[in-house]
Amino acid sequence: MSSIGKAVPRKEGRKKVTGQALYVDDLSFPGMLHGATVRSPSPRGRITNISFEGDIPWDEFTVVTAKDIPGANYVALILNDQPYLAADFVNHPEEPVLLLAHKDKYLLEEARRNVRIEIEAQPPVFNLEDSLAKKEIIWGEDNVFKKFLVDKGNVDEAWDGADFIVEGEYETGAQEQLYIENNGAIAIANPEQGVTVWGSMQCPYYVHKALVKLFDLPEDKIRIIQTETGGGFGGKEEYPSLIAGHAALLAWKSGKPVKIIYDRAEDMVATTKRHPSRTRHKTAVTKDGKLLAVEIDFVIDGGAYCTLSPVVLSRGTIHAAGPYVCPNVRIHSRAVATNVPPHGAFRGFGAPQSIFALERHMDKVARTIGLTPDEFRRRNFIHEGETTATSQIIRERVDLDHLLTRALQLSDYHAKRERFARENVASNGRFAKKRGIGFATFMHGAGFTGSGEVYLQSIVSAEATVEGKVRILAASTEIGQGTNTIFSQIASEALGLDFESIEIVQPDTGRVPNSGPTVASRTSMVVGKLVESAVTGLKQTLIGSGLLPHEYGQSEFAKACAEYIAKFGSLKTSSTYQPPPNVHWDDEKYQGDAYGAYAWAVYVAEVSFDELTYEAHVEDFVALQEVGRVLNPVLAAGQIEGGVAQAIGFTLFENVVWKDGRMANNQMTNYIIPTPADIPPIRVYFEENPYAYGPGGAKGIGELPMDGAAPAILNALENATGVSFNRIPLMPETLMTGFT
Amino acid sequence: MLINFKVNGEARSLEVFPMARLLDVLREQLQLTGTKEGCGEGECGACTVIIDGQIVNSCLVPVAQVNGCEITTIEGVAGANELHAVQQAFIEHGGAQCGICTPGMVLAAVDLLNRNPEPTEDDIRNGLAGNLCRCTGYMKIFESVVRAYRK
Repeated sequence: MSSIGKAVPRKEGRKKVTGQALYVDDLSFPGMLHGATVRSPSPRGRITNISFEGDIPWDEFTVVTAKDIPGANYVALILNDQPYLAADFVNHPEEPVLLLAHKDKYLLEEARRNVRIEIEAQPPVFNLEDSLAKKEIIWGEDNVFKKFLVDKGNVDEAWDGADFIVEGEYETGAQEQLYIENNGAIAIANPEQGVTVWGSMQCPYYVHKALVKLFDLPEDKIRIIQTETGGGFGGKEEYPSLIAGHAALLAWKSGKPVKIIYDRAEDMVATTKRHPSRTRHKTAVTKDGKLLAVEIDFVIDGGAYCTLSPVVLSRGTIHAAGPYVCPNVRIHSRAVATNVPPHGAFRGFGAPQSIFALERHMDKVARTIGLTPDEFRRRNFIHEGETTATSQIIRERVDLDHLLTRALQLSDYHAKRERFARENVASNGRFAKKRGIGFATFMHGAGFTGSGEVYLQSIVSAEATVEGKVRILAASTEIGQGTNTIFSQIASEALGLDFESIEIVQPDTGRVPNSGPTVASRTSMVVGKLVESAVTGLKQTLIGSGLLPHEYGQSEFAKACAEYIAKFGSLKTSSTYQPPPNVHWDDEKYQGDAYGAYAWAVYVAEVSFDELTYEAHVEDFVALQEVGRVLNPVLAAGQIEGGVAQAIGFTLFENVVWKDGRMANNQMTNYIIPTPADIPPIRVYFEENPYAYGPGGAKGIGELPMDGAAPAILNALENATGVSFNRIPLMPETLMTGFT
Repeated sequence: MLINFKVNGEARSLEVFPMARLLDVLREQLQLTGTKEGCGEGECGACTVIIDGQIVNSCLVPVAQVNGCEITTIEGVAGANELHAVQQAFIEHGGAQCGICTPGMVLAAVDLLNRNPEPTEDDIRNGLAGNLCRCTGYMKIFESVVRAYRK
């Protein structure tokens, strides 16, 4: 009966391949209006006038401004600084100022273009360097949303003893999540029934929390229902709170259901992207390649409002020193404000940025001291019993030496390195394709950082039916990554029942408990463990009641459920998060057990570089990782392959062009993601080392594959060309400048 | 205007605005919501349908152009309660994740196999190059296509 570890087909697969799965834009309600957002025409300034122009029947429209908000005009999240609608001042060029609704969506679009918002402009800041330099103070006292300091040992005293001190600077650009389903929500809202929202989202309870404040209503008057969600990747973590609130405000005022669906251009220009970053490294090493001191300055551009920047910064900071042992580490990090739309969650959440810098820098240090990239890393890998930058003692078996050896074998790294060196020299001066191979070694912590999971207090419930089915009630969403399937596998394994006996209840805050947000590679590992505990509780209740023998089959289980429900009315159990033992975190000093578990990985990229066109192409990719136990090999490989493809896009394809704080190329025509023709064979391998506190031994994997590809590809390009590139995305035009 | 066309084998007669996008007519007037909008400019392929044996992005087709045509959408790719071999393979081999590109991707794969029953890997990559997926990295989609034709 065991289903863990098997390639069980996706639970909702049939609905998806037949087109029957219902996404938010597939829903419609009687009398429904369409809603639209009118945005600021200017990046920063005071609103002086709003006028309604053109040949538009304005009296037919529902118009909502900040004055119509029944409760608090902020999106409740961390600092609550982002308004739902700008009342008198705008801080970015896509800031929502006014909402419109009408039953005719074509007329609505016409009307949107005829609302004129006048702004008395103030000087904006568009990039992190200008923000750090306080060219203008645009947020708080110093433009800084959040800063962290990780300080281990004594970095200042280590420089004198170094044989080499190596410095480097690395940058990453913004990246659009580009889920293929745009953001959207439908709301029904009135004072009698309260507010109900259907939408595409990762975190129904984030939306719930935000709407409770926006409408100043009791929690049970707000109901949030997740519809089938066409990808998220972080892009539907915090943004749906905004669009859901907008739809609900229009519905509240009009008394009718209101649907807001962004088109692609609006979704790309207005919603969150990956934080751009700049990282400086200064590293002290001995001549035999031991790290003595690491000093890192990590800065991310948060955009106009704080949103999730503190937590993105936190993850980026903790991952900045990687899977290496060093006695003296100082990481200073800041998230700063600029007048661009707020940057937000995107798979990896700060870690891909800081790991890009680190793994490029590790190659630079190796070259400086005359060691190979692999040998230098081997001399500094972390092992069981040693400590990370936050002084977390690694308590699990970790064998990065072995992972590296295996990944280099799988990719034929050494032979290729030698062959490419020979061939690249032989083809000099002939506009040939140069080839190279490079790698990155890294780790990714699963779950919320530090004490985050304890604060979340996630809950999962399980409920039996008279037919002997078991329903899982959780707010964790299926967004393509396989939540429905993984939860069903975990539950069926724990109960000894068929996969088909498990039903996953649609996330609906009116029905399911808060199992926390669907983020941070936490759904399988953390919430999956709660699923396991909840169904185990259910089984024990049945056994304890004497209705179910210790050894049972499917029909005995069904009979016991029916008898229990007949006798007691219902059978439902819940499980609340308990931290694993020995997890301690100090939020003040930023020291301690940052994550319950890490996944460990070595990614190897082979690239070609065309000297004539300056195009770089990934030819082969090996992704080897240790992720605890693999719960479903097809889903797990799918996560890795998809993440690597996004990371290849991040590195070589996806260039957000900024113009006055706005994304200028907000179309799929000119913001290019990899197509089927662009992706190399992605060869995925797992090492299994069951994690004691994960369900069936699993650790989180969702974000991991976003981390390693970018530095591996640039390390390979340097191997191919001899030129060092340290900023991504790396487009052909930038590549060209490296050779002139 | 009044147009007459066949959708998934059924003759339909509809009063339409001639420049309405076929995508909107399918979704809003015929409630065939399996056809998805991803970009509205013919880049992503989520709105793929088959018109008279050719795959087309339905977001770029004014409905007036399909008068007298035969259209197949994801709802008509297999009989009621049946699955096309491509759909079955997508379920078994991880070809679908979030599912939003899946209807278009399935139709592109069906069309590819109709024209080329045993495609090479390059044929598959090129045959599906007009359909974007952000979840899978395409590996499992390629595998699903191969499994479908080997069946």
